[in-house]
Amino acid sequence: MSEKNEAVIETTEGAELPSDALVVAENVHKSFGRLEVLKGIDLEVRRGEVMCVVGPSGSGKSTFLRCINHLEKLTAGRLWVNGELMGFRQKRGRLYELRDHEIAAQRSDIGMVFQRFNLFPHLTALGNIIEAPVQVNRVPKAEATERGRELLERVGLPDKADFYPEQLSGGQQQRVAIARALAMEPSLMLFDEPTSALDPELVGEVLDVMRDLARNGMTMIVVTHEMGFAREVGDSLVFMDDGAIVESGSPVEVLNDPQHERTQAFLSKVLF
Amino acid sequence: MKDRSVSTPTEPAEGPAPDNPQPSRPAEPIAAVPVRYPERWVAAGVVLVLAAMFVHMLFTNDAFNWPFMWENMFSEPVLRGVGVTLSATVLSMIIGILLGILLAVMRLSGNPVLVTVSWLYTWFFRGVPRLVLAVLFGNLAILYSTIHIGLPFDNYWMPLLGLEGDARFFEIDVRTVLSGYMAGLLALSLSEGAYMAEIIRAGLQSVNKGQTEAAQALGMSRGKILRRITLPQAMRVVIPPTGNETIAMLKDTALLAYVPVTIELFYQLQAIGTSTYQIFPMLVAACLWYLAATSVLMVGQYFIERRFNPEQRGARIRTVGGAH
Repeated sequence: MSEKNEAVIETTEGAELPSDALVVAENVHKSFGRLEVLKGIDLEVRRGEVMCVVGPSGSGKSTFLRCINHLEKLTAGRLWVNGELMGFRQKRGRLYELRDHEIAAQRSDIGMVFQRFNLFPHLTALGNIIEAPVQVNRVPKAEATERGRELLERVGLPDKADFYPEQLSGGQQQRVAIARALAMEPSLMLFDEPTSALDPELVGEVLDVMRDLARNGMTMIVVTHEMGFAREVGDSLVFMDDGAIVESGSPVEVLNDPQHERTQAFLSKVLF
Repeated sequence: MKDRSVSTPTEPAEGPAPDNPQPSRPAEPIAAVPVRYPERWVAAGVVLVLAAMFVHMLFTNDAFNWPFMWENMFSEPVLRGVGVTLSATVLSMIIGILLGILLAVMRLSGNPVLVTVSWLYTWFFRGVPRLVLAVLFGNLAILYSTIHIGLPFDNYWMPLLGLEGDARFFEIDVRTVLSGYMAGLLALSLSEGAYMAEIIRAGLQSVNKGQTEAAQALGMSRGKILRRITLPQAMRVVIPPTGNETIAMLKDTALLAYVPVTIELFYQLQAIGTSTYQIFPMLVAACLWYLAATSVLMVGQYFIERRFNPEQRGARIRTVGGAH
C-alpha cells in the first residue's frame, strides 16, 4: 500500500483488501503558504481499528487529522474515507472541489473531538447533542432527545442534560463533546488531543469513555500524548515528526522497541 | 463508567472551604473611627442649592406655561405623532438590522466585489449626517420621477441586437411611493444598516473559530452554522449596542420633521407651538415625550441584555445550586 514512502512500516498488518480500509491516505501534503506542514503521509486505517498518532508538537499530527474531515484542504495527495474521496470529485481525470453541502454530507459521517471541547455555549449538554441530528439529519426532536439521553448515560452524565457547558468540568465537557459526535452515528471518530486541555485528575474519565468506544468496535484515530492509553487501547501506533510518518506498527512494538532514533529521542522525553 | 462519574472529583474546588486546620482564636472586631469627607458635603450642599433654584424656575417662569403644555401634549395629532415615531423606530430598526446582517456577511464573505461594496456602503452612510440624509431622501423625486422595473441598460443593448421597444415591464411613480414618511424611513433604515453592519460584524468575529469548526465537523452547512451557531453567540456582543442604537433611533426620528414628515411627533409639536406662539412649552413637551419613550426602551434593554447574557444566566443557576 505504501511503496512511495519507505519510512512507513506496515500500518495494517498486511491487510490487502481495500474494502477493509475505512481511511486511506495517499501521499497527503499540506502547506500553509510557504510552510510545508505535511510532507507526504501514506496510511490506512481498517474498520474497527484504533490508531494512535503520537509525536512532538508541530509535527503535523493535528493538521493531518483535520485533513481527514477536510477542515483543512490538502495541497497534494488523496484521501478516502469509506471509499469516498474527501473534498473532491474526480471526473475525466480532473478534480472538482465539492460544494459546501456535499462536504458537509461527507463530514457528517466522521465524528471529531477537539482539544478545547468546542461545545456550543448557548446550548445545554442535551442541546449540543441533538443539534446536528435534528438540523442535519432531520431526526424528529423527540427521537433525538431520547437518543441524546442514552448517549449522556453512556458517557456517564445522565443527570447533566440541562446543564450549560460552562457549568460542567473540563472532563464532563469533553464527554459531552464525545456524545455530541456520536449522536451523528459516525463510522469514524477523530480525536485531536482530547485530554491535553484537562486537569490531570479529569483525564481518566475521558479515556474511560474512549476505551469503551474502542471496545464496541468504533474506528478511531487518536492524536494523543497518553502513551499508556495508546499501548492499552491502540491497535496501531504512528509516530510523526516534521510532517512525515517516521515509524509505525503495533503500539507495544513501537513504544518498547523504537527503531528510529527520532522515535527513541521523543519517547525518552515522554513520561508514561 | 457510571460509578466513576458519580465520584468524579470536580466538586470540591467549588464547594465550601474545608475546616481551617489551624485552631481558631477569639478575634476582637475592629471599631475604628471612619475617615470623614467634609468637602464632599460642601459640594453636595452647593449642588442642592442649584437644583432648588432650577426647580423654582420651573414653577415660577411663565414661559413654561404648564397648563397649556399639559392640554396640548395629549391632543390627537400629537398622539398620532407618537405613533409615527414608534412605528418609524421599529420599522427602521428591523430593516436596519436585516440590512446589517446582509452587509456583515458580505463583508466577511471573502469575495472582493461583495467586500468592497459593503465597505463603500458603510463608508457612505456612516459619513453623511442623518439630517442631511433625511433631507436628501425627501428630495429624491428630483432625481427620479418614475422608476421602471425591467432589464438594466436596455436602451443600449436592445438596438445593438436589432430589437425595438424596451425591456421595461412596469413603472412606478416615485411621488406616490416615496411619500415623506417612506423617504424618511428609507433614510433612517439605510443609515442604520451601516451602523448595524459594523456591530454585527464585530459580533460574528467575536465567536471563537472552534465553534464553526465543531459545527462543520458535525456536517452542518454554512447557512445553518450562521443561523444556529454563530449568530446566536454573536447576539451577546450585538445586543447591548443594538439597544443603544434603538434608543438613538427613537430620538433620530425627530429628523423626519425635516424631510418633511408632517405627521411626525416633533413636527406636530412645533406646529402647535408656532401657530399658538407657545414655542417653549411645546419644546418641553417634546423633551418629555422622548424621555418617556426612551425610558421605556431602557427598561426593555435591561431585561433583553440579561436574557441574552449566558454568564448571568449561568450565575443565576449556580446561585440556586448553592455553589460559589
